[in-house]
Amino acid sequence: MTTAGRLRMPGHAVLQLPLAILALALFVIDVVASVLAVIVVGLPILMVSLPATRWVVGVHRRWAATVLGSPVPPPYRPTEGATRLERLRIMGADPMTWRDIAWLLVALPLALTTSLVVLILFVLVVTGIAWWFGVGPIMVARSRIDRWFLSFGTTERLEQRVEVLTETRNQSLDHAAAELRRIERDLHDGAQARLAGLGMTLGMAAELLDRDPEGARQMLTEARQTSSAALGDLRDVVHGIHPPVLADRGLVSALRALALDLAAPVEVTGDLGGDEGGRLPAPVESAAYFAVAECLANVAKHSGAGHAWVELGLAGGTLTVVVGDDGRGGADPSGGTGMRGVARRVAAFDGTMRVSSPAGGPTLVTLEVPCDSSSPRTLPSSGTA
Amino acid sequence: MRLVLAEDLALLRDGLIRILEAHGFEIAAAVEDAEALATALEDPTADAAVLDVRLPPTHTDEGLRAAVDVRSRRPGFPVMVLSQYVERIYARELLASGDGGIGYLLKDRVGDVGEFVDAVRRVADGGTVLDPQVVSAVMARQAPVERLTTREREVLALMAEGRSNAAIAAALFVTEKAVGKHTNNIFTKLDLPVAPDDNRRVLAVLAWLQI
Repeated sequence: MTTAGRLRMPGHAVLQLPLAILALALFVIDVVASVLAVIVVGLPILMVSLPATRWVVGVHRRWAATVLGSPVPPPYRPTEGATRLERLRIMGADPMTWRDIAWLLVALPLALTTSLVVLILFVLVVTGIAWWFGVGPIMVARSRIDRWFLSFGTTERLEQRVEVLTETRNQSLDHAAAELRRIERDLHDGAQARLAGLGMTLGMAAELLDRDPEGARQMLTEARQTSSAALGDLRDVVHGIHPPVLADRGLVSALRALALDLAAPVEVTGDLGGDEGGRLPAPVESAAYFAVAECLANVAKHSGAGHAWVELGLAGGTLTVVVGDDGRGGADPSGGTGMRGVARRVAAFDGTMRVSSPAGGPTLVTLEVPCDSSSPRTLPSSGTA
Repeated sequence: MRLVLAEDLALLRDGLIRILEAHGFEIAAAVEDAEALATALEDPTADAAVLDVRLPPTHTDEGLRAAVDVRSRRPGFPVMVLSQYVERIYARELLASGDGGIGYLLKDRVGDVGEFVDAVRRVADGGTVLDPQVVSAVMARQAPVERLTTREREVLALMAEGRSNAAIAAALFVTEKAVGKHTNNIFTKLDLPVAPDDNRRVLAVLAWLQI
């Protein structure tokens, strides 16, 4: 440990004392407010005291991270975009909140023992040597205790991961089953029916061939038109499964092709690196394509926008797509099945969807999808929280 | 007229050979993948090419790339591109590869043998032929098209597909003179400059439609 590092320890120790007193006060407030929440009075208090608790705890997480030299991430459930009351509900259901509150209780005795020992050793010149060698282990021990309280262990992280995976897998399976039913129906009502008709027309033409060659010729013309229509149906079905340009050229070109087919002008910008606009793993490309298609369909249906844009970027193994429009705003991410569908598509890849849509616009939908499947995340996506 | 033909499905390849040979074309080479196509297009005696978009090895857009590529080396080399689907983004790339001598059609159109052979001939003569599906999708989104009468819209669509006045007259069962009147009206209503020849006219219409 460097001298500067050692000298920082008494600094932390001094600061931890008043924070520990604040922690104890917050513990009392949190507990009392939780009880009062039953008769509503406690709710406004919790709205202030819970964020304050998170702040105090956050400071200790950062200190522990500095001392231990490894990150101690704040493993809270996401509350972005939720209303104040919903935020309270999410915080209350978050196991980490309860660990925070438990930690508040032990913070004071913990700070008194460790901080006082470090300070006394530091102040008394005689014990300088003991301080020189003792301060490191003491603060490391203290930080370990903090970390044990304030972050999830491997088992808990795995449990949460399994929970998230189970949920997204079920959604994916439901979605896949629904897609298969849709494709089956499309084929049954479209190409299959037309091919059956084609067979009949050809049969009639064969019968007419000798008796009425002119009639047979008409039948054959009709048969050709039917085969053309059947191919058209099949093309539509294929387009709905995997658009050809996506297969040929990748995400950016496929979205440009999609934009060309829309009524409102849509600008597609972005570069995913590499040659030919960069290729991502095929499942990610497909999910991102259909997610953006759904967003643009929403823009066309609800926003009244005159102009929309799609920005794509790839940084640190995460694909970021922003779909924006200059429409009337007020989009609700949990309102329509369309937006939930978008969230579900990206959640299957541990991706997230954020919606910013103030009344009067503009609306921005931000999708983030990790492209590197070897970096699992333990937090549930905001779309499903 | 010697053609290079590229199509990976044997059944369709044989069908195309039969149709084209029956209508007086000579097949210089009929190939099934991108590599053989590149070699076949080196042949200086080939006059034009009929290419499928999807070819081995990757089954993506080899045929399209080969078309753009050969036209950059041999400007104006006529190429008819056939595909199971038509995309506006690809139509743009083909049109940008040089003025005229380009065609882009759905494979379904081969079924109407007379029209298909006629389209190949027009492309080989330096004309521009675009699939009606691309044209109709684009026309549906052009507000000024509303100013045209139904008949004028039909004429505009056929012009965008690359047809001459005579062909448009035949398709709509009207006289060539009537078609000439409609085209003049269209050009006036859309503020298009009057073009000297058929292909310039097609290109002006396509540019106006922003295909």
